[in-house]
Amino acid sequence: MIRAKKKKQTVVDWIEYRLPIFSFIKHLGEYRTPKNLNYLWNFGSIAGIALVIQIVTGLFLAMHYSPNADTAFGSVESIMRNVNYGWLLRYLHAVGASMFFVAVYIHIARGLYYGSYKSPRELVWFFGLLIFILMMATAFMGYVLPWGQMSFWGATVITNLFSAVPLVGEKIVEFLWGGFSVGDPTLNRFFVLHYLLPFIIVAIVIIHITALHVHGSNNPTGVEVKSKKDTIPFHPYYTVKDFFGLGVYLIVFAYFVFYQPNYLGHPDNYIESNPMVTPEHIVPEWYFLPFYAILRAIPSKLGGVIAMFSAILVLFFLPWLDLSKTRSGNYRPIFKILFWIFILNVISLGYIGANPPEGIYIWLGRIATFYYFFHFFVIIPGLGKYEKTLEIPHSISGKL
Amino acid sequence: MRIILGVLAIFWVISSSASVTTPAKPKDQINWPFQGIFGHFDKQSIQRGYQVYKEVCQVCHSLKYLHYRDLEQVGFSADEVKAIAASYQVNDGPNDEGQMFERPGRPSDLFVSPYPNEQAARAANNGAYPHDLSLMIKARKDGANYVYSLLTGYTNAPEGFQISDGLYYNPYFPGRQIAMPTPLTAGQVEYQDGTENSVEQMSQDLVNFLQWAAEPEMEARKILGLKVLLYLLVFTILFYLVKKKIWRDLK
Repeated sequence: MIRAKKKKQTVVDWIEYRLPIFSFIKHLGEYRTPKNLNYLWNFGSIAGIALVIQIVTGLFLAMHYSPNADTAFGSVESIMRNVNYGWLLRYLHAVGASMFFVAVYIHIARGLYYGSYKSPRELVWFFGLLIFILMMATAFMGYVLPWGQMSFWGATVITNLFSAVPLVGEKIVEFLWGGFSVGDPTLNRFFVLHYLLPFIIVAIVIIHITALHVHGSNNPTGVEVKSKKDTIPFHPYYTVKDFFGLGVYLIVFAYFVFYQPNYLGHPDNYIESNPMVTPEHIVPEWYFLPFYAILRAIPSKLGGVIAMFSAILVLFFLPWLDLSKTRSGNYRPIFKILFWIFILNVISLGYIGANPPEGIYIWLGRIATFYYFFHFFVIIPGLGKYEKTLEIPHSISGKL
Repeated sequence: MRIILGVLAIFWVISSSASVTTPAKPKDQINWPFQGIFGHFDKQSIQRGYQVYKEVCQVCHSLKYLHYRDLEQVGFSADEVKAIAASYQVNDGPNDEGQMFERPGRPSDLFVSPYPNEQAARAANNGAYPHDLSLMIKARKDGANYVYSLLTGYTNAPEGFQISDGLYYNPYFPGRQIAMPTPLTAGQVEYQDGTENSVEQMSQDLVNFLQWAAEPEMEARKILGLKVLLYLLVFTILFYLVKKKIWRDLK
């Protein structure tokens, strides 16, 4: 007997021989990470946990939600009033979506500042952007589900964008609606897709992390890891740091859930959807406002749609638009300033997007939209060519 | 840290600007008992507010997401709730003969609406639709102060203001013309506890009632929130200390 010759076999050995799950866990623990990551690097794990929170709360909400145009609004109210802790589930999910975007926006901004998109991490960046796009689609469809006034009219405005496509635009819109206006079939398919997409996001998150683990995390110096002295094992150093960061995040999260649960929403969404009454101003959720402003900045419908999608797609070209040899913004004195101006510009776009497109906001929107693209197509390539960068340290552990 | 705070500040600015609507006239700001982290329901006021709803608003406005049993949460006894429910006729059925029938209400019934449907409501109100009030406080910007201002804000139209037929002047209503006639007049409702029945008092009581109707979970939510925040605070401080300790030896 082969087994008799062996030493006593444990259950762990038995499983490990067939499925190396324990060595995988060991890999996670021993995974070497640059030792100088600052707190901005917390937002990756925070975003991951935010996704899990959305999936878990969403699962329980789906058990009580009814995706039907006649009953959707009432079923959400029933969750709020009649389901045990239903209000908690729903507020966690609604506020959780906003908090998820906060984490992801900081995560993306950190990547922009420290040049995390540069070789050899272009694919990490790509899959990250893909997650971002899927997140936006998921969030948009999720906002439609309560079937309030903003749900209905937001869905009408956004799906109507596709009518800008030449020739087949109208057909595409009817195809999306499953009818001749936003209605019951639209709500049904949005619910199905809203349930499906997060699992696709999970799959892409796994690819995002796998690609990340090939070359490891970038770090504030932007200098690649040279020796083992530059790194520390992920556990316990970053597990404990991530737990601390998570705690801070959850405190902000809990404050909104328990004390300002509707602050980030729109009061009109507590009015049941009514195709006969259009709200005074149709505004999307805050995390879409910068893109909404870009959409409205262009006087033609098709042009606006192209500009809005380009605003996201341009990020995919960033690794080739930014040819600066220096990765981290810390050693790029001019880039550093222009980075913050870019961030301020995006915030301004958000502010403009929240206001009706009248008077001064039209021109502010156009200027800010122009600057958004100017940053990517002129400033970034120009800086790559002409900026005089500071001397970068020899290694992470070297003089900083 | 500075960056994180900056981003949070931004988040704040954008979100607050996201839901700005221009009110016709700045609303009166009342100090409500339900405001703030320790906000609670004033059950006496809510009960009086329910009386105002029952004697005045209910003629036109429904509260379709509330059950009669919910009234127990604001201090009505089980027997009182039974009696309140039984004073309404609920349309039920079909019975074994296939007929719809009327029966006295039970605590588990939803509040009976004054009209069977929107068309009936419009037909009875000169084309205007009296909104359901279950979510009114949440469905308006700064809802509590808005409803209070609206209820107490009826005045004569200023000179030169053209009022359409069948509409009334109210400076707090968007467009300043509202289809609802002045709902409350002083002394209209006789309070059993002897509280003064001025328009302001009745309006405050009604807003307290409607606030509870819109967010019956509010008190439980705020109490649970305190516990959760306290827990998270300890959790976070502990992890901060552990982090400090683990990272201390690192060179």
